[in-house]
Amino acid sequence: MSHLTDLPPWAALLVCGLMLIGAATTLIGSLGLLRLPDFYARLHAPTIATSGGTILLCLASILCFAVLQSRWVFHEVLIIFFVTVTTPVTLMLLGQATLYRDRFEERQGVPRKPKPAPGEE
Amino acid sequence: MMELAVVWSVLIAQTMLALAMAFALYRMARGPRAQDRILGLDTLYINAMLMLITFGIRTANTVYFETALIIAVIGFASSIALAKFLMRGEVIE
Amino acid sequence: MRTWFPYPLLSIALLLMWLLLSQSVTPGSIVLGLVVSTVLAWVTLNLQPARSRLHRWSRIAGFILRVVGDVIRSNVAVTLIILNAGRRPVHAGFMTVSLDLDDENALALLACVLTATPGTAWLEYDRRQKILLFHVLDIENEDLWRKTITRYAADLKEIFE
Repeated sequence: MSHLTDLPPWAALLVCGLMLIGAATTLIGSLGLLRLPDFYARLHAPTIATSGGTILLCLASILCFAVLQSRWVFHEVLIIFFVTVTTPVTLMLLGQATLYRDRFEERQGVPRKPKPAPGEE
Repeated sequence: MMELAVVWSVLIAQTMLALAMAFALYRMARGPRAQDRILGLDTLYINAMLMLITFGIRTANTVYFETALIIAVIGFASSIALAKFLMRGEVIE
Repeated sequence: MRTWFPYPLLSIALLLMWLLLSQSVTPGSIVLGLVVSTVLAWVTLNLQPARSRLHRWSRIAGFILRVVGDVIRSNVAVTLIILNAGRRPVHAGFMTVSLDLDDENALALLACVLTATPGTAWLEYDRRQKILLFHVLDIENEDLWRKTITRYAADLKEIFE
Protein backbone atom coordinates (compact mmCIF):
# COMPACT_ATOMS: atom_id res chain seq x y z
CA MET A 1 0.00 0.00 0.00
CA SER A 2 2.63 2.54 0.97
CA HIS A 3 6.18 3.00 2.20
CA LEU A 4 5.12 1.75 5.64
CA THR A 5 4.73 -1.84 4.33
CA ASP A 6 8.51 -2.09 4.00
CA LEU A 7 9.08 -1.32 7.68
CA PRO A 8 10.35 -4.37 9.61
CA PRO A 9 8.20 -5.27 12.67
CA TRP A 10 10.70 -4.17 15.34
CA ALA A 11 11.10 -0.75 13.72
CA ALA A 12 7.35 -0.36 13.30
CA LEU A 13 6.79 -1.14 16.98
CA LEU A 14 9.48 1.33 18.06
CA VAL A 15 8.08 4.03 15.77
CA CYS A 16 4.58 3.46 17.17
CA GLY A 17 5.82 3.60 20.75
CA LEU A 18 7.93 6.73 20.31
CA MET A 19 5.15 8.49 18.42
CA LEU A 20 2.45 7.66 20.95
CA ILE A 21 4.60 8.60 23.96
CA GLY A 22 5.65 11.83 22.25
CA ALA A 23 2.08 12.82 21.43
CA ALA A 24 0.95 11.95 24.96
CA THR A 25 3.72 14.10 26.46
CA THR A 26 2.69 17.01 24.25
CA LEU A 27 -0.92 16.54 25.29
CA ILE A 28 0.07 16.59 28.98
CA GLY A 29 2.11 19.74 28.42
CA SER A 30 -0.87 21.51 26.88
CA LEU A 31 -3.10 20.16 29.63
CA GLY A 32 -0.74 21.86 32.08
CA LEU A 33 -1.31 25.11 30.21
CA LEU A 34 -5.00 24.61 30.91
CA ARG A 35 -4.87 23.44 34.52
CA LEU A 36 -2.04 25.25 36.27
CA PRO A 37 -3.22 28.18 38.37
CA ASP A 38 -1.11 31.23 37.45
CA PHE A 39 1.13 32.48 34.67
CA TYR A 40 4.48 31.65 36.24
CA ALA A 41 3.36 28.06 36.85
CA ARG A 42 2.09 27.83 33.28
CA LEU A 43 5.49 28.91 32.03
CA HIS A 44 6.75 25.40 32.86
CA ALA A 45 4.16 23.55 30.79
CA PRO A 46 5.39 24.14 27.20
CA THR A 47 8.89 22.88 28.02
CA ILE A 48 7.46 19.38 28.43
CA ALA A 49 5.87 19.61 25.00
CA THR A 50 9.16 20.69 23.46
CA SER A 51 11.80 18.74 25.32
CA GLY A 52 9.68 15.58 25.51
CA GLY A 53 7.22 15.69 22.64
CA THR A 54 9.31 17.19 19.87
CA ILE A 55 12.37 15.06 20.53
CA LEU A 56 10.37 11.81 20.75
CA LEU A 57 8.29 12.50 17.63
CA CYS A 58 11.34 13.54 15.63
CA LEU A 59 13.17 10.42 16.85
CA ALA A 60 10.25 8.30 15.63
CA SER A 61 10.49 9.99 12.24
CA ILE A 62 14.28 9.64 12.10
CA LEU A 63 14.05 5.95 12.95
CA CYS A 64 11.30 5.35 10.40
CA PHE A 65 13.09 6.97 7.48
CA ALA A 66 16.56 5.82 8.50
CA VAL A 67 15.36 2.21 8.37
CA LEU A 68 13.50 2.75 5.10
CA GLN A 69 16.31 4.86 3.62
CA SER A 70 13.72 6.61 1.48
CA ARG A 71 14.53 10.19 2.40
CA TRP A 72 17.23 12.20 4.09
CA VAL A 73 16.57 12.74 7.84
CA PHE A 74 18.38 16.06 8.10
CA HIS A 75 15.17 18.05 8.61
CA GLU A 76 14.29 16.27 11.83
CA VAL A 77 17.76 16.80 13.28
CA LEU A 78 17.52 20.48 12.45
CA ILE A 79 14.02 20.71 13.96
CA ILE A 80 15.26 19.14 17.21
CA PHE A 81 18.18 21.58 17.28
CA PHE A 82 16.07 24.67 16.58
CA VAL A 83 13.30 23.82 19.00
CA THR A 84 15.59 22.91 21.91
CA VAL A 85 17.62 26.10 21.40
CA THR A 86 14.77 28.53 20.76
CA THR A 87 12.11 27.50 23.27
CA PRO A 88 14.15 28.37 26.40
CA VAL A 89 14.95 31.78 24.89
CA THR A 90 11.28 32.51 24.19
CA LEU A 91 10.17 31.40 27.64
CA MET A 92 12.95 33.36 29.36
CA LEU A 93 12.04 36.55 27.52
CA LEU A 94 8.34 36.00 28.19
CA GLY A 95 9.06 35.46 31.89
CA GLN A 96 11.12 38.63 32.06
CA ALA A 97 8.43 40.63 30.26
CA THR A 98 5.81 39.34 32.69
CA LEU A 99 7.97 40.15 35.69
CA TYR A 100 8.53 43.66 34.33
CA ARG A 101 4.80 44.19 33.76
CA ASP A 102 3.83 42.79 37.15
CA ARG A 103 6.30 45.07 38.90
CA PHE A 104 5.09 48.01 36.86
CA GLU A 105 1.51 47.32 37.91
CA GLU A 106 2.66 46.54 41.48
CA ARG A 107 0.83 43.24 41.74
CA GLN A 108 0.90 41.19 44.91
CA GLY A 109 3.13 38.14 45.31
CA VAL A 110 5.80 39.22 42.85
CA PRO A 111 9.38 39.59 44.11
CA ARG A 112 10.60 43.18 44.25
CA LYS A 113 13.50 44.42 42.24
CA PRO A 114 16.64 43.79 44.31
CA LYS A 115 17.95 46.94 45.94
CA PRO A 116 21.51 47.92 45.05
CA ALA A 117 23.94 46.95 47.78
CA PRO A 118 25.14 49.77 50.07
CA GLY A 119 28.24 51.48 48.78
CA GLU A 120 27.26 51.02 45.15
CA GLU A 121 25.48 53.40 42.88
CA MET B 1 -0.14 -6.00 9.64
CA MET B 2 2.57 -3.82 11.19
CA GLU B 3 1.71 -1.18 8.67
CA LEU B 4 -1.83 -1.01 10.08
CA ALA B 5 -0.39 -0.57 13.57
CA VAL B 6 1.69 2.40 12.41
CA VAL B 7 -1.26 3.93 10.57
CA TRP B 8 -3.47 3.59 13.63
CA SER B 9 -0.89 5.00 15.99
CA VAL B 10 -0.41 7.95 13.63
CA LEU B 11 -4.17 8.51 13.85
CA ILE B 12 -4.17 8.28 17.66
CA ALA B 13 -1.17 10.60 17.89
CA GLN B 14 -2.92 13.10 15.61
CA THR B 15 -6.04 13.00 17.79
CA MET B 16 -3.94 13.70 20.88
CA LEU B 17 -2.11 16.54 19.14
CA ALA B 18 -5.41 18.03 17.96
CA LEU B 19 -6.65 17.95 21.56
CA ALA B 20 -3.40 19.61 22.68
CA MET B 21 -3.91 22.31 20.04
CA ALA B 22 -7.45 22.84 21.33
CA PHE B 23 -6.11 23.34 24.89
CA ALA B 24 -3.51 25.84 23.67
CA LEU B 25 -6.17 27.63 21.62
CA TYR B 26 -8.39 27.83 24.69
CA ARG B 27 -5.57 29.43 26.69
CA MET B 28 -4.95 31.85 23.83
CA ALA B 29 -8.59 32.86 23.54
CA ARG B 30 -9.30 32.96 27.26
CA GLY B 31 -6.26 34.85 28.49
CA PRO B 32 -6.63 36.28 31.10
CA ARG B 33 -3.62 38.49 30.36
CA ALA B 34 -1.54 39.17 27.27
CA GLN B 35 1.37 36.97 28.38
CA ASP B 36 -0.95 33.97 28.76
CA ARG B 37 -2.13 34.47 25.21
CA ILE B 38 1.42 34.59 23.88
CA LEU B 39 2.27 31.42 25.80
CA GLY B 40 -0.80 29.77 24.26
CA LEU B 41 0.26 30.88 20.78
CA ASP B 42 3.77 29.54 21.36
CA THR B 43 2.44 26.13 22.40
CA LEU B 44 -0.07 26.18 19.55
CA TYR B 45 2.54 26.54 16.85
CA ILE B 46 4.77 23.87 18.39
CA ASN B 47 1.80 21.49 18.45
CA ALA B 48 0.98 22.35 14.85
CA MET B 49 4.57 21.60 13.89
CA LEU B 50 4.38 18.20 15.60
CA MET B 51 1.13 17.51 13.76
CA LEU B 52 2.90 18.18 10.46
CA ILE B 53 5.64 15.72 11.46
CA THR B 54 3.04 12.99 12.04
CA PHE B 55 1.60 13.72 8.59
CA GLY B 56 5.14 13.45 7.24
CA ILE B 57 5.64 10.02 8.84
CA ARG B 58 2.36 8.85 7.33
CA THR B 59 3.04 10.07 3.78
CA ALA B 60 6.87 10.22 3.59
CA ASN B 61 6.58 13.57 1.84
CA THR B 62 9.51 15.94 2.42
CA VAL B 63 7.30 19.00 2.02
CA TYR B 64 5.75 18.37 5.45
CA PHE B 65 9.15 18.38 7.14
CA GLU B 66 10.20 21.55 5.33
CA THR B 67 7.00 23.23 6.46
CA ALA B 68 7.59 22.06 10.03
CA LEU B 69 11.08 23.56 9.97
CA ILE B 70 9.79 26.89 8.66
CA ILE B 71 7.05 26.97 11.31
CA ALA B 72 9.65 26.33 14.02
CA VAL B 73 11.83 29.22 12.87
CA ILE B 74 9.10 31.77 12.14
CA GLY B 75 7.16 30.91 15.29
CA PHE B 76 10.27 31.60 17.36
CA ALA B 77 10.72 35.00 15.74
CA SER B 78 7.07 35.91 16.29
CA SER B 79 7.08 34.88 19.94
CA ILE B 80 10.27 36.86 20.57
CA ALA B 81 8.77 39.91 18.87
CA LEU B 82 5.58 39.64 20.95
CA ALA B 83 7.54 39.24 24.19
CA LYS B 84 9.65 42.30 23.30
CA PHE B 85 6.46 44.19 22.60
CA LEU B 86 5.11 43.30 26.06
CA MET B 87 8.27 44.53 27.73
CA ARG B 88 8.75 47.87 25.99
CA GLY B 89 5.65 48.59 23.94
CA GLU B 90 7.70 48.56 20.74
CA VAL B 91 9.39 45.77 18.82
CA ILE B 92 12.49 47.40 17.36
CA GLU B 93 14.47 49.76 19.52
CA MET C 1 41.44 35.95 6.14
CA ARG C 2 39.90 37.05 9.42
CA THR C 3 38.34 40.11 7.83
CA TRP C 4 36.60 38.03 5.18
CA PHE C 5 35.62 35.13 7.41
CA PRO C 6 35.33 36.43 10.98
CA TYR C 7 33.68 33.21 12.19
CA PRO C 8 35.00 30.36 10.04
CA LEU C 9 33.23 27.60 11.98
CA LEU C 10 29.89 29.39 11.77
CA SER C 11 30.35 29.99 8.03
CA ILE C 12 31.19 26.34 7.38
CA ALA C 13 28.22 25.15 9.44
CA LEU C 14 25.87 27.51 7.59
CA LEU C 15 27.21 26.38 4.21
CA LEU C 16 26.76 22.73 5.16
CA MET C 17 23.23 23.41 6.36
CA TRP C 18 22.41 25.24 3.14
CA LEU C 19 23.68 22.36 0.99
CA LEU C 20 21.90 19.72 3.07
CA LEU C 21 18.61 21.60 3.02
CA SER C 22 18.65 22.23 -0.69
CA GLN C 23 19.88 18.62 -1.15
CA SER C 24 22.09 19.45 -4.10
CA VAL C 25 25.81 20.05 -4.62
CA THR C 26 25.58 21.87 -7.93
CA PRO C 27 28.02 24.80 -8.35
CA GLY C 28 25.10 27.25 -8.25
CA SER C 29 23.91 26.20 -4.82
CA ILE C 30 27.50 26.13 -3.50
CA VAL C 31 28.06 29.74 -4.64
CA LEU C 32 24.73 30.86 -3.18
CA GLY C 33 25.53 29.06 0.08
CA LEU C 34 28.96 30.70 0.26
CA VAL C 35 27.44 34.14 -0.22
CA VAL C 36 24.76 33.54 2.44
CA SER C 37 27.20 32.11 5.00
CA THR C 38 29.71 34.95 4.54
CA VAL C 39 27.06 37.66 4.82
CA LEU C 40 25.55 36.04 7.91
CA ALA C 41 29.00 35.84 9.52
CA TRP C 42 29.37 39.61 9.00
CA VAL C 43 25.94 40.16 10.52
CA THR C 44 27.06 38.12 13.53
CA LEU C 45 30.16 40.32 13.79
CA ASN C 46 27.87 43.32 14.24
CA LEU C 47 26.19 41.64 17.20
CA GLN C 48 29.58 41.49 18.99
CA PRO C 49 29.12 38.18 20.79
CA ALA C 50 31.32 37.63 23.82
CA ARG C 51 34.12 35.19 23.11
CA SER C 52 35.10 32.70 25.74
CA ARG C 53 37.55 29.85 25.81
CA LEU C 54 36.76 26.36 26.97
CA HIS C 55 39.28 24.98 29.40
CA ARG C 56 38.23 21.54 30.49
CA TRP C 57 36.96 19.65 27.48
CA SER C 58 36.79 16.45 29.52
CA ARG C 59 34.08 17.85 31.80
CA ILE C 60 31.68 18.68 28.97
CA ALA C 61 30.49 15.10 28.43
CA GLY C 62 29.74 14.68 32.13
CA PHE C 63 27.84 17.97 32.22
CA ILE C 64 25.73 17.02 29.19
CA LEU C 65 24.93 13.61 30.68
CA ARG C 66 23.86 15.18 33.97
CA VAL C 67 21.65 17.72 32.18
CA VAL C 68 19.98 15.01 30.09
CA GLY C 69 19.33 12.91 33.19
CA ASP C 70 17.87 15.89 35.06
CA VAL C 71 15.65 16.84 32.11
CA ILE C 72 14.21 13.32 31.89
CA ARG C 73 13.67 13.11 35.65
CA SER C 74 11.95 16.47 35.90
CA ASN C 75 9.86 15.70 32.81
CA VAL C 76 8.36 12.79 34.72
CA ALA C 77 7.99 14.88 37.90
CA VAL C 78 6.21 17.75 36.12
CA THR C 79 3.96 15.31 34.25
CA LEU C 80 2.85 13.85 37.60
CA ILE C 81 2.29 17.35 39.04
CA ILE C 82 0.11 18.35 36.07
CA LEU C 83 -1.91 15.13 36.18
CA ASN C 84 -2.48 15.53 39.93
CA ALA C 85 -3.20 19.26 39.71
CA GLY C 86 -6.94 18.73 40.17
CA ARG C 87 -6.59 16.82 43.43
CA ARG C 88 -3.47 18.32 44.96
CA PRO C 89 -2.80 22.08 44.91
CA VAL C 90 0.39 23.10 43.09
CA HIS C 91 3.08 24.61 45.31
CA ALA C 92 4.86 26.91 42.90
CA GLY C 93 7.03 29.79 43.99
CA PHE C 94 9.97 32.09 43.42
CA MET C 95 13.47 31.31 44.64
CA THR C 96 16.73 33.19 44.72
CA VAL C 97 20.21 31.73 44.64
CA SER C 98 23.58 33.45 44.48
CA LEU C 99 25.83 32.42 41.64
CA ASP C 100 29.56 32.78 41.17
CA LEU C 101 29.78 32.99 37.37
CA ASP C 102 31.23 35.82 35.30
CA ASP C 103 31.49 34.44 31.79
CA GLU C 104 28.66 35.64 29.55
CA ASN C 105 28.43 32.42 27.57
CA ALA C 106 28.43 30.29 30.70
CA LEU C 107 25.55 32.35 32.08
CA ALA C 108 23.64 32.04 28.80
CA LEU C 109 24.16 28.28 28.78
CA LEU C 110 23.01 28.00 32.40
CA ALA C 111 19.91 30.06 31.56
CA CYS C 112 19.03 27.81 28.63
CA VAL C 113 19.59 24.64 30.63
CA LEU C 114 17.49 25.88 33.55
CA THR C 115 14.62 26.99 31.34
CA ALA C 116 14.74 23.88 29.17
CA THR C 117 14.34 21.73 32.29
CA PRO C 118 10.63 21.52 33.04
CA GLY C 119 10.04 22.65 36.59
CA THR C 120 12.51 25.52 36.66
CA ALA C 121 12.36 28.80 34.73
CA TRP C 122 15.03 31.47 34.74
CA LEU C 123 13.58 34.93 35.36
CA GLU C 124 16.19 37.51 36.24
CA TYR C 125 19.88 37.76 37.02
CA ASP C 126 21.28 40.67 38.95
CA ARG C 127 24.80 41.20 37.61
CA ARG C 128 25.97 43.42 40.44
CA GLN C 129 25.00 41.25 43.37
CA LYS C 130 25.16 38.00 41.37
CA ILE C 131 21.76 36.88 42.54
CA LEU C 132 19.56 34.77 40.30
CA LEU C 133 15.79 34.91 40.58
CA PHE C 134 13.97 31.90 39.19
CA HIS C 135 10.64 30.16 39.47
CA VAL C 136 10.10 26.53 40.39
CA LEU C 137 6.94 24.49 40.01
CA ASP C 138 7.57 22.36 43.08
CA ILE C 139 8.89 24.53 45.88
CA GLU C 140 8.63 21.77 48.49
CA ASN C 141 12.13 20.42 47.87
CA GLU C 142 13.76 23.81 47.74
CA ASP C 143 17.15 22.54 48.92
CA LEU C 144 17.31 20.06 46.05
CA TRP C 145 16.85 22.81 43.46
CA ARG C 146 19.43 24.99 45.18
CA LYS C 147 21.91 22.11 45.25
CA THR C 148 21.28 21.28 41.56
CA ILE C 149 21.88 24.85 40.43
CA THR C 150 25.01 25.33 42.50
CA ARG C 151 26.30 22.10 41.02
CA TYR C 152 25.62 23.29 37.46
CA ALA C 153 27.29 26.62 38.19
CA ALA C 154 30.36 24.86 39.60
CA ASP C 155 30.59 22.64 36.51
CA LEU C 156 30.25 25.60 34.15
CA LYS C 157 32.86 27.53 36.10
CA GLU C 158 35.29 24.67 35.66
CA ILE C 159 34.55 24.39 31.96
CA PHE C 160 34.61 28.08 31.07
CA GLU C 161 36.95 29.79 33.54
